[in-house]
Amino acid sequence: MDITLLLTSTVTLASGIPLTLLLTAASLLAGLVLAVPLAFMRASSRKWLSLPVLAYTYGFRGTPLLVQLFIIYYGLGQIGIIRSSVLWVLLRDPFWCCLLAFSLNSAAYTTEIFRGGIQAVATGLVEAAQAVGMSPLQIKRRIIFPIAFRSVLPSYANEVISLVKATSLASTVTLLEITGLSRKLVSETFAPYEIFIAAGVLYLGLTFLLTGFFHALEGRLNAAPRAKTPLGRVALQQVAHEQ
Amino acid sequence: MHEPTVKELPAHGVRAERIEKRLGGNDVLRGVDLIVRTGEILSILGSSGSGKSTLLRCLNLLTVPDSGDIWVHGEKLAIRSESQHGGQAEILDHRQVRRVRASMGMVFQSFNLWPHMTALENVTEGPVLVKGIRRNAAADLGRHYLAKVGLSDKAGAYPRHLSGGQQQRVAIARALAMEPRVLLFDEPTSALDPELVGEVLRVMATLADEGRTMVIVTHELAFAREVSTRAAFMHRGLIEEESPSQKFFSSPVSGRLRSFLASHR
Repeated sequence: MDITLLLTSTVTLASGIPLTLLLTAASLLAGLVLAVPLAFMRASSRKWLSLPVLAYTYGFRGTPLLVQLFIIYYGLGQIGIIRSSVLWVLLRDPFWCCLLAFSLNSAAYTTEIFRGGIQAVATGLVEAAQAVGMSPLQIKRRIIFPIAFRSVLPSYANEVISLVKATSLASTVTLLEITGLSRKLVSETFAPYEIFIAAGVLYLGLTFLLTGFFHALEGRLNAAPRAKTPLGRVALQQVAHEQ
Repeated sequence: MHEPTVKELPAHGVRAERIEKRLGGNDVLRGVDLIVRTGEILSILGSSGSGKSTLLRCLNLLTVPDSGDIWVHGEKLAIRSESQHGGQAEILDHRQVRRVRASMGMVFQSFNLWPHMTALENVTEGPVLVKGIRRNAAADLGRHYLAKVGLSDKAGAYPRHLSGGQQQRVAIARALAMEPRVLLFDEPTSALDPELVGEVLRVMATLADEGRTMVIVTHELAFAREVSTRAAFMHRGLIEEESPSQKFFSSPVSGRLRSFLASHR
């Protein structure tokens, strides 16, 4: 193995980090914004609220992210209405296709994670809030969501880490994030070994930082206790996104 | 439908009429009538399953009765009774119910403190969200009521760092901070270790001395006898006997109440 090449390609590939982080952060944010209301709908006892959300999460969790990305990137362009609409300005751009696919996919997983947390909140805590006269929205915002969020934080951290790694799929639709750059570099140097190791090291570094961040967040929120999960369940798990 | 005249209604206080509730196929309440007058301390006794907790929960509609009427402070609560076609009983005016709940403090058997908030935050959350009191004014209010239950030094503590007795006292402070006109206690000492029961009962006795209107569902007979002005005994979803405390405990009429009192000594 050529150590010099490994080091120089690590530096070169590091220029892909901003795009990897941008894809992760933007789809995470969009996924979260979508997931919070969807999780409450999914946790609802009213079938007409929960069933459509179940269909959505089932669809996006039951199919590979790569397939979803290809459908959006290659498939939507086949539909005339979309090609002639304003949406086409965004959807002909691989970046926005990735963002859409990752956001919808992440929202599906996050919805199910939060749904579990919401349903695990003890009814007595909700009744105590009702008994002082809080409105349903106040109860969701001030009581249910904060308690649920704490209890699902380790699972949510796993989702975030999975998403970082899943952004590597963006390389399949020409984006030059860490993996995309690696493939480009390999085709120029024919040294896949060093270059992909360098890419792996960069992902590992990102994951390491994120794990640390969630540990710290958990520790902080743990001053106010979560339901039951012990500290330190943030782990590298390939649970959410499969290739 | 029988609408009570002004004269019949207690000016304030709570009144329930012909309350029926079925839960899980059991007739938990079978047409109960109950009146709680202002300034009165009513203890509700009875063995487990007699319906006393359900009756209490009906008063602020945490449990919606299948049928019957409830008046709180002279205002009739808008509920739709269960229909013959299987339609569930439901709250019709949620705004009204929230307003009424805010005027009735409730203390639960399992404390139900919000685990992500400190003792003080637990106490101030209601006043801030429901009454719109500013945060720092609410903090003063919260500290006042924590002091009242003897927990001034625990304002910053999270519930999991408090003993059961302390948690229940915070829960009482939380109810008091809404400055309610009626306090409802649902077996407030049943989940406590025996050595912690005393501190909670002492706080409740202080509240009783202030002349507050209280409804207490409890198994603590000695305490009920000491503080309550009136007592009711429930059996199988009905009030079997109800009388001023003195008479209730010293000369009970019903045989069931007599054996209940005898077996709980």
